[in-house]
Amino acid sequence: MQATSHAARTADLCLVGGGLVGLAVGLGLQRNGLKVTILDEGDIALRASRGNFGLVWVQGKGDTLPDYASITRHSARLWPQLAQRLQEGTGIDIELQQRGGLYLCLSEQELSARETLLLQMQQQVGDDYPFQRLDLKQVREFIPQAGPEVAGATWCPEDGHLNPLRLLRALTELFVRQGGQIQNSGRVSRITPLTRGFRLATPQGDWHCDKVVLSAGLGNRELAPQVGLSAPLIPNRGQVLITERVQPFLHYPTGHVRQTGEGTVQIGDSKEDVGFDSGTTTEVMAQIAARATRMFPLLRDLRMVRAWGALRIMTADGYPIYQASTQHPGAYLVTCHSGVTLGALHEGPVADWIATGDLNTNTNTNTNTNSYRFPLEAFHARRFEI
Amino acid sequence: MPGASKFERLACASNDWIQVMVEGQPVKVRPGDSAAAALLAAGQSAARTSAVSGDPRAPYCLMGICFECLLEIDGVPNVQGCMVQVADGMNIRRQQGAPVLNDSLAAGVPA
Ligand SMILES: Cc1cc2nc3c(=O)[nH]c(=O)nc-3n(C[C@H](O)[C@H](O)[C@H](O)COP(=O)(O)OP(=O)(O)OC[C@H]3O[C@@H](n4cnc5c(N)ncnc54)[C@H](O)[C@@H]3O)c2cc1C
Ligand code: FES
Repeated sequence: MQATSHAARTADLCLVGGGLVGLAVGLGLQRNGLKVTILDEGDIALRASRGNFGLVWVQGKGDTLPDYASITRHSARLWPQLAQRLQEGTGIDIELQQRGGLYLCLSEQELSARETLLLQMQQQVGDDYPFQRLDLKQVREFIPQAGPEVAGATWCPEDGHLNPLRLLRALTELFVRQGGQIQNSGRVSRITPLTRGFRLATPQGDWHCDKVVLSAGLGNRELAPQVGLSAPLIPNRGQVLITERVQPFLHYPTGHVRQTGEGTVQIGDSKEDVGFDSGTTTEVMAQIAARATRMFPLLRDLRMVRAWGALRIMTADGYPIYQASTQHPGAYLVTCHSGVTLGALHEGPVADWIATGDLNTNTNTNTNTNSYRFPLEAFHARRFEI
Repeated sequence: MPGASKFERLACASNDWIQVMVEGQPVKVRPGDSAAAALLAAGQSAARTSAVSGDPRAPYCLMGICFECLLEIDGVPNVQGCMVQVADGMNIRRQQGAPVLNDSLAAGVPA
């Protein structure tokens, strides 16, 4: 039933968009003592958080932007803490594993290019970038089932993966348990900056809030300009294949194939420029399957049970936009590709910055206890202006 | 064993009967029955055990959606029993947990 009229409701802070990004930021804002409401469009929206591959991936990320490599690695370090909080707060195990990951290459050429890229990254950060080039024999020490066509792999001990749907559920559950509200009130069509705060128009009436955070994925494109920001986001489709369940054999995630805690094999990583079409095509599914079976010939015996397409939320350079509106103070934009990997950063430094304005955090992770300065400046949308 | 089942047939046109094996026991079924139906007719309710918890699971949707009816049919694991028609002499077993993926193709490759 559609509600016809409502008095405007109020919230301290509204997040527009309750995907992985909005929920992670929401939890971090709650940790800062804020009362948060999430307004979400609903099931018909384009939702990357329901279609992704689940990698918490470090290697190769930020080759052209060291600050991106830095936030990626920082987020990976923060993940165990967040996973533990989610487990304790909800009982949901998000199946986080960070024992390292492999990027398999099917030719010497591909492998050398990959090694060159990682060596460059290592130089940029003064050697503190752990990775290793493996030949096939070494790959098989990690994954005995790697096929004879595999030329080798690059290995990074900081890579990992998790179950993205369990993550989405755990974030939602904890957010609500901590008093957060999620309103599936339809698409926020209009944000009007007021003298104090903002008015958000939804099909189920208006909301008033002091602060507004745009975390609407591809929906940010239309919302950002209304609060003096810009979100030049490009949809990029990925298709994902899911197989029947089998006994665990793949004990490390790879860039293209991983096995879930339930035993299904998830295969993916196509990149297609097809506008807002989130469908699947036989041609691309066949390509994905062919590549995966060259990497792991035993997959040929496996049945596929499902496939889907989902749209990545990309910027021209692939890096996030984190920005506060100067024109309308109190409005923020948080949007990225790799929202799984960056989830712990969003719950941590990003949320702290929105709540307090402070870019310095004292992290207390397993591997380091240093303070961390969130390099916000690098992620301003001015980099897309010509 | 058929007598133990609460599964009742509707009167239907076919009077033919064929025989399949369910968990090693002969069971009479009608051509056109699904393997999941044969299992139910044999008085077995659980088709498989969960790959995660080991709990028993029974055919649920009988139309290919829920994957609760997984069976090992003629040696092939993880088959959706509700989507397969019986054939004379078919060997139907319950799926116990997740099968081991047969590494036939990688075998023989030097390690
Ligand atoms: C195929 C594929 C594979 C991927 N693999 C990985 C991976 O392995 N690792 C990784 O880190 N990342 C991966 N990603 C990226 C990751 O999924 C995304 O970065 C992340 O899900 C983005 O989350 P989000 O909350 O910004 O967006 P979304 O999930 O799209 O959520 C946006 C939300 O905003 C709502 N919304 C939109 N517009 C409005 C509006 N106007 N009003 C109200 N609500 C609105 C929608 O309902 C939606 O719930 C992958 C993505 C794809 C597509
Ligand atoms: S009973 Fe649901 S898929 Fe067979």
